[in-house]
Amino acid sequence: MNEILVQILIIVGVLLGTVTIAAGLIYVERKMLAVWQQRSGPNRVGPFGIFQVLADMVKIFFKEDWIPPFVDKKVFIIAPTIIMLSILMSFSIVPFAPGIVIADLNIGLLFFLAMSSLGAYTIVLAGWASNNKYSLLGGMRGAAQMISYEVFMGLSLMGVVIQVGSFNMTDIVNAQKGLWFVVPQFVGFVIFLIAGVAETHRLPFDLPEAESELIAGFHSEYSGMKFGMFFVGEYLGITLVSCMITILFFGGWLGPSFLPPIVWFLIKMFAFILFFVLLRAALARPRYDQLMSFGWKLLLPLALLNVLITGAVVLSNA
Amino acid sequence: MNIIFYIAAIVAFVATVMVVTRKNAVHALLYLIVSLLAVSVIFFISGAPFVAALEVIVYAGAILVLFVFAIMMLNLGANSGKEESKLLKPNAWITPAILSLILLCELVYVFINYDGASVELRVIGPQEVSQSLFGGYMLAVELTGMLLMAGVVGAYHIGKEKKREYHRYLQTNENS
Repeated sequence: MNEILVQILIIVGVLLGTVTIAAGLIYVERKMLAVWQQRSGPNRVGPFGIFQVLADMVKIFFKEDWIPPFVDKKVFIIAPTIIMLSILMSFSIVPFAPGIVIADLNIGLLFFLAMSSLGAYTIVLAGWASNNKYSLLGGMRGAAQMISYEVFMGLSLMGVVIQVGSFNMTDIVNAQKGLWFVVPQFVGFVIFLIAGVAETHRLPFDLPEAESELIAGFHSEYSGMKFGMFFVGEYLGITLVSCMITILFFGGWLGPSFLPPIVWFLIKMFAFILFFVLLRAALARPRYDQLMSFGWKLLLPLALLNVLITGAVVLSNA
Repeated sequence: MNIIFYIAAIVAFVATVMVVTRKNAVHALLYLIVSLLAVSVIFFISGAPFVAALEVIVYAGAILVLFVFAIMMLNLGANSGKEESKLLKPNAWITPAILSLILLCELVYVFINYDGASVELRVIGPQEVSQSLFGGYMLAVELTGMLLMAGVVGAYHIGKEKKREYHRYLQTNENS
């Protein structure tokens, strides 16, 4: 009975925690972008504008939730829920600290890859159901981009899996007690970081929604809370990728013992979230063909080479 | 465990029937994805978590996204629904229905004569799967790889366009 209660508490805690962080990122992103661009940023609502999130939420909830008459209604409604569902499901395998994990699956990493590949449907279906040429173009770009970058994302993680010999997330963290995997798997880390940006379609890889060419792409027809789902889904995605980088390459909750493990985890996670925001502030968007050829011609051979070399080294040491 | 199996099996069955009867191609594909996810649940609870994960990654996550992608590119209009309804005439159903009926009879016969010995449930991890893939089934894996390679080369050959030179002011004839 007690165990079930603890389990339920963990589930509720993870759900509320991740959604709150994702909502809070709306403020963090706007404020940090302003800092890096030497502007003031949001500063009207509350001290330093910290109630901006609340104001944004109230606004988005009270907007008219309009479904255009020309869309495919069922698919139009399902599409934004898929990204929220698939990303929240992925959080179930993230170990935040020893014991604080919803499901310690022995195929944890594969579960993450499976859920992130299902996330591609949200863009494809939103683009198709909107029945609008800009949305369709955005959806097609999104589908091609996500399928391509999933390949390198999976391959870049295989180096870590070879070194640990397990797909279990807790095992992966425990194997980094001596040395974080960012040192022996530096190539894997860089490829995973790039693929992570592309999977969450953040700037500089936000071509599915490029507002200057496609007027917001796959979500141009969405309004109200349905648009809010895409919005929060994107921030949830950033949080998830930051969690995964922390676990796979930066030792998860491991750190000197003067702080509790969960605090170390959150510090590392927020560092990567800020890095994502900095990327948005610093880089320009590439052309679509540049994005694709960069992926297939540079990242794929690098990822394969990384797997080959890691495998050879592990085999020769065994 | 059994209840989960039956729920997943019913979901898979209903979704598969919907795949066949839908007239809108994208809706049919969405039901197919649901069906694949249900089958993956069945794999997971029957002790094959690795295969369950691969089912979602490869089938639901990659192949069917490409299917949806292709149908999006075709941009089927309202007429395709009408054409589909022509295909759903009873004449077209008879032969496959008879063939399936034979299989169903066989299945029922096997179940009736089944002596009830319980199948031992054993969880098979990724290592065991890969050892048999690259051990006993090496030849089959390599042959499948070659087949896929032939497919890729063929697709490239068909899809390759003749390189055309465009000048900014003097547009050359596209067919020359």
